[in-house]
Amino acid sequence: MMRTSGPTGRTGLTGRLGLTGFTGFVARRAVGAVVTLFVLSVVIYAVFYVAPGDVAQITCGPRCSPAQVHQVAEQLRLDDPLYTRYVDFLRGIVAGHDYSTGTGVLHCDAPCLGLSYQTDQQVTDLILNKVPVTGSLALGAMVLWLILGVGTGVLSAWRRGRLTERVLTAVTLAGTATPVFVIGLLLMIVVCGQLQWLPFPQYVPFTDDPQQWAWNLLLPWLSLALIESAKYARLTRSAMLETLAEDHVRTFRAYGVKESSVIGRHALRGALAPVIALSANDFGTMFGGALLTETLFGLPGLGRELVQAVRVVDLPVVVGMVLVTGFFVVLANAVADVLYAVADRRVVLA
Amino acid sequence: MSEALLASESAGAGAVTAAAPVTSGARQFWRRLRTRRAALVAGAVVALLVLVALAAPLLTALEGQDPTTYHPGLVDSARGGVPVGSFGGVSAEHWLGVEPQTGRDLFARLVYGARVSLGVALVATFLQVVLGVAVGLTSGLGGRWVDLALSRATDVMVALPLMVLALGLLAVVPSGFPRPVLVALVVGLVGWGGMAKLVRAQTITLKSLDHVAAARLSGWRTVGVARRELLPALAAPVITYAALLFPTNIVVEAALSFLGVGVKPPTASWGQMLTSADVWYQAAPQYLLLPAAALFTTVLALTVLGDGVRTALDPRAASRLRVGAKRTRKTEQVERVDRAEQTHRAEQVDRAEQVDRAEPVDRAEQVDRAESVDRAEKGEASA
Repeated sequence: MMRTSGPTGRTGLTGRLGLTGFTGFVARRAVGAVVTLFVLSVVIYAVFYVAPGDVAQITCGPRCSPAQVHQVAEQLRLDDPLYTRYVDFLRGIVAGHDYSTGTGVLHCDAPCLGLSYQTDQQVTDLILNKVPVTGSLALGAMVLWLILGVGTGVLSAWRRGRLTERVLTAVTLAGTATPVFVIGLLLMIVVCGQLQWLPFPQYVPFTDDPQQWAWNLLLPWLSLALIESAKYARLTRSAMLETLAEDHVRTFRAYGVKESSVIGRHALRGALAPVIALSANDFGTMFGGALLTETLFGLPGLGRELVQAVRVVDLPVVVGMVLVTGFFVVLANAVADVLYAVADRRVVLA
Repeated sequence: MSEALLASESAGAGAVTAAAPVTSGARQFWRRLRTRRAALVAGAVVALLVLVALAAPLLTALEGQDPTTYHPGLVDSARGGVPVGSFGGVSAEHWLGVEPQTGRDLFARLVYGARVSLGVALVATFLQVVLGVAVGLTSGLGGRWVDLALSRATDVMVALPLMVLALGLLAVVPSGFPRPVLVALVVGLVGWGGMAKLVRAQTITLKSLDHVAAARLSGWRTVGVARRELLPALAAPVITYAALLFPTNIVVEAALSFLGVGVKPPTASWGQMLTSADVWYQAAPQYLLLPAAALFTTVLALTVLGDGVRTALDPRAASRLRVGAKRTRKTEQVERVDRAEQTHRAEQVDRAEQVDRAEPVDRAEQVDRAESVDRAEKGEASA
């Protein structure tokens, strides 16, 4: 949740352009996101290519012959200073890149994030192929965790001080303390192994068979949602309790507004803004790869790809994945801030 | 992963603490913590875990085993390495059975796993706190450009999911490095963004308070102001946030080891034990359940303790959230003592201020400074 009023304040560029109020806020936020993305790319590039060890050897992989390593070193132009290579990398993202493979030229299309030296694939393709899997996982899980989390939060705020609330509080506390791979592992063993209610998950594309797609993804969705919803339940509960303690709610009650309406229409509205902000942030993170869930259930998504790339030290893939993840998170955060401002106009003035 | 939630929760906590008389004293803290039974139980569990971790060599010596010796005779290689005997090879020599395939002692691996888990999380949290406070303070007190640069850097750190960056970094570091140390360093170096944001926001709020402004006006150097006026006031929100970071770091270490890039065998780690546990759950269910339970208990205890610490440091936030909760006689008693102590403190502060005022000051210099600050403030206000 980044509601920075920092460098792009109202006297900044947007202010001078006459962009004030809501448009100005959106413009400021967009500028902020672009700047963050730029810094992000610099940092990531620097960190990974100034890493200790022989970059060419690492990039090429452990099975490379000295000649191949030498070729990689030439392709990466390791003798050039770092900033020219970085500019080159940026140019590749914007305009594509040609790599000499010794025998010919390999063209890498416009958003070019480099080549995987171990599979000879373009990193961009590699990532794009995985997006549907991770997208399916993230979307379904998010729908589930919003329903579960907000529902639980509303219920425990409404029944506060009673048995229902105490039970729900205990359950959500347990949920926040359970790592997702533990609950996923146990669920998989019980539901798929012992009871055989669901198949061991395998990814079936939505376009092939929507029913099998959902049936196979049900368990990963549930595992993610159970853990994430605990967070949302706590957030919704505390936000609602704060609203319920405010004077205007007391006034509603005094005027005889129905309790269901007080809870559902007035208190819930106050809780929605933080929930929106958090879910956008989480969605961005998920999209960068639900590392653990995908690895555990063997779903061929972005997260598992990153884990595999890390295991075999495929540097261009790792750099590309980290960048894309950062891109999604920054984008999601910017969208969240705008949504937040729509839900709560006070943010614009801050 | 719950970075955003952590930030929102502790930001709320911090805002109140800043306005209250901040150095409320360790005694008061303990008194408040003691009234919360859940926090006490959690504290006892954590203490026990720390003891187990510290005494791991003693405990395994008592059992007569160690975590790394292979016992090929105790696993049935014909059946793929299933432990021999009932309940996964539980016996008088091997209290919790042995690991499938290798036959390493499970009890020894479990208690040594506690060392890795707590040790890595402790070092990582310490690094995050130090880096976060340093960056946050510098950002909040530094000039416009320092603040701009550091805030951008912080934004980047917050934008990147901790797991993703840690995973990437673990890929490029040479493999000769001792693994647990490496994991602690990487998690610590990557996860300070939230703390820095919190400290920066607090510093900016605190800067405008009278006693800090007074210290700046009387010509203290920035380092002095930070050390003597800001750090004591920052202690409460920083401790609260650190208490929430600690269990998160435990989960991160377990997750990285589960993925096979964190702590690697032969060093024992709970997350790494879970990696292959699903294959063996029928023959040796405890191989799955023990590390899972250890992880769950540790994280739960630390979370509850963290919650307790937060309420003890910021009782108002807690009472705000427990609108309908019953007030026991004990909590009322504590509140009364708190009030009395606050009045006492306020009197002390008054006296101290009188002493301060009595100190001779170079009048001309003071006016000079005040004017320049005035100008700066007006400049900022119109900005």
